Amino acid sequence: MTSAKLPPWLVLLLPAFIIILAVVAIPLVFSLYSSFTPYHLTRPDTLWKWIGGFNYIKAATDANFWKAFGRTVLLLTIALNTEMLLGLGLALMVSKVTRGQRALRTAMMFPMMFSPILVGFQFKFIFNDNVGLVNNALQSLGLTDIAIPWLVDGNLAMFAIIFAEVWTSTSVFAILILAGLFAIPQDPLEAAKVDGCTPFQSFRYVTLPFLMPFIYIAMAIRSLDVARAYDIVQVMTNGGPARRTELLWTLIGRTGYVDARMGYANAMGYISILMSIAFTVYFFLKLQSSRRELGMGD
Amino acid sequence: MATASQHRIKKRALKTAHFVGLFLAMSLICVPGLWVVLNSFRPTIEIMAKPPVWIPESLSFDHYRAMFGGAGTGGVPVLTYFRNSLIISITSTVIALLVGMAGGYAFARYRFKGKGVMFVALMASRAVPGVALSLPLFIIFGRTGIIDTHFGLILVYVAMNVPFTIWLIDGFFRQVPKELAEAAEIDGCTRWQAFWKVEFPVARSGIASAGIFAFLTSWNEYALASQLTRSTNSKTMPVGLLDFTSQFTLNWGGMCALAVLMIIPALVLTFLVQKHLIAGLTFGGVKG
Repeated sequence: MTSAKLPPWLVLLLPAFIIILAVVAIPLVFSLYSSFTPYHLTRPDTLWKWIGGFNYIKAATDANFWKAFGRTVLLLTIALNTEMLLGLGLALMVSKVTRGQRALRTAMMFPMMFSPILVGFQFKFIFNDNVGLVNNALQSLGLTDIAIPWLVDGNLAMFAIIFAEVWTSTSVFAILILAGLFAIPQDPLEAAKVDGCTPFQSFRYVTLPFLMPFIYIAMAIRSLDVARAYDIVQVMTNGGPARRTELLWTLIGRTGYVDARMGYANAMGYISILMSIAFTVYFFLKLQSSRRELGMGD
Repeated sequence: MATASQHRIKKRALKTAHFVGLFLAMSLICVPGLWVVLNSFRPTIEIMAKPPVWIPESLSFDHYRAMFGGAGTGGVPVLTYFRNSLIISITSTVIALLVGMAGGYAFARYRFKGKGVMFVALMASRAVPGVALSLPLFIIFGRTGIIDTHFGLILVYVAMNVPFTIWLIDGFFRQVPKELAEAAEIDGCTRWQAFWKVEFPVARSGIASAGIFAFLTSWNEYALASQLTRSTNSKTMPVGLLDFTSQFTLNWGGMCALAVLMIIPALVLTFLVQKHLIAGLTFGGVKG
């Protein structure tokens, strides 16, 4: 009879909360605890030894960790901004097309269906120095004679990873911004034209503010699974060569599963979780404030 | 006169630039995927050829034959992986939809304290990176014995998909006018009946697209599956892709064939719901 006393919205939300509690919250509590122990997979008794913040201090003083952290933030910044700009450009171009637009829109969504792991293998293949599409094309065009070691050189490998990441996710931005372009009311645009605005001015002061909520939705959606870059990187370079493309997530995976140092890996994992959640909350807040500006708030 | 023709030239130049830009962008989007499809039909010698063979001389189905040949002939147990993927993705999608419908309805129709905070908390739970979550799950699943089972992976995928299905379905229920359900209740329906007879049919297509989104997420997931599956008992196709790699070599042709097998269901499903998917994301986000 207790269920009768609960408000209906709680009853409806309860299954969702229970399952997230079981699969996300409880493991997170466990990993928080184990990050304060020297837990080693092959020695289960180490789970009961409390060592305080040792793992966190170790991570904070580990140069490899900070390099991976900086690289992850750099990758996310470059990738998200490039995707946003390219997506905006693509959406604007597609919206101008009058014939065959539906076919274009469908083709544009092509990369969204690819599993990130598949994208990794695909670009590992394409950037392969021996049989890859990129080197073959460059050599056939006579631009270069040597096989460019795309995935072996640190900087080039980073470029290849960002390219793969941008390839998969630009369409998410393009599709959502396109939806935004169609939803823009025509009156303000016409008024701007009558008042003598240049096309650039009317884009900057009329179109763009209307698009901002859509851009933030795309950012929020992307920030929910930024870590899928893990799949791509793991396949393309596995953090190599010599850690030059090591991201936070590949570092965590290696420390936890290969070195079996679970306690330390969980400590680093916690830092990456906080970073992801900060990203998501930031974009949701931005989304709400840009909505309020347009008077669409609840 | 001069200005008019100048204007025309400028307009034509803009049009050409637009066309060229669009063509380049579209080829960048399509070529990498199509190249993989093409390579799945080429014999290994041609893939590895130096200088490269651009136009295939003949199409071969060798990679597909090897793939479906089973483990005995040096292939990979693709059909088992396919079945695992299908069972896990479909079951987790159905459960995530039911849970998501309940949750989405609660967010769309009831007013309560802490709604915004709860919503962001749900989303934040989705933002936890798979690899960070997989460490504790690996240990807990290992202890409770549900590692390397369908059940374990289904459980994880339901939790992964619920926040997103709630977001989408919430957006679709908001589009259904409240008055519709109220009218049904006045006519003597219970709230439960009003939901199934009035609100559900109106939001049905949106719910379907949320389902397909959930399906694709489970179908394509790798980071968690790679740690929580160990054998053919529960290995899914994204994990199976790695079977084509060994220490120093990669069977590109075979991998491309499996890739095609993975893409086809995703392709069909995405095309079916693309319109609803965009509508759902934008309605849920903009008007929410």
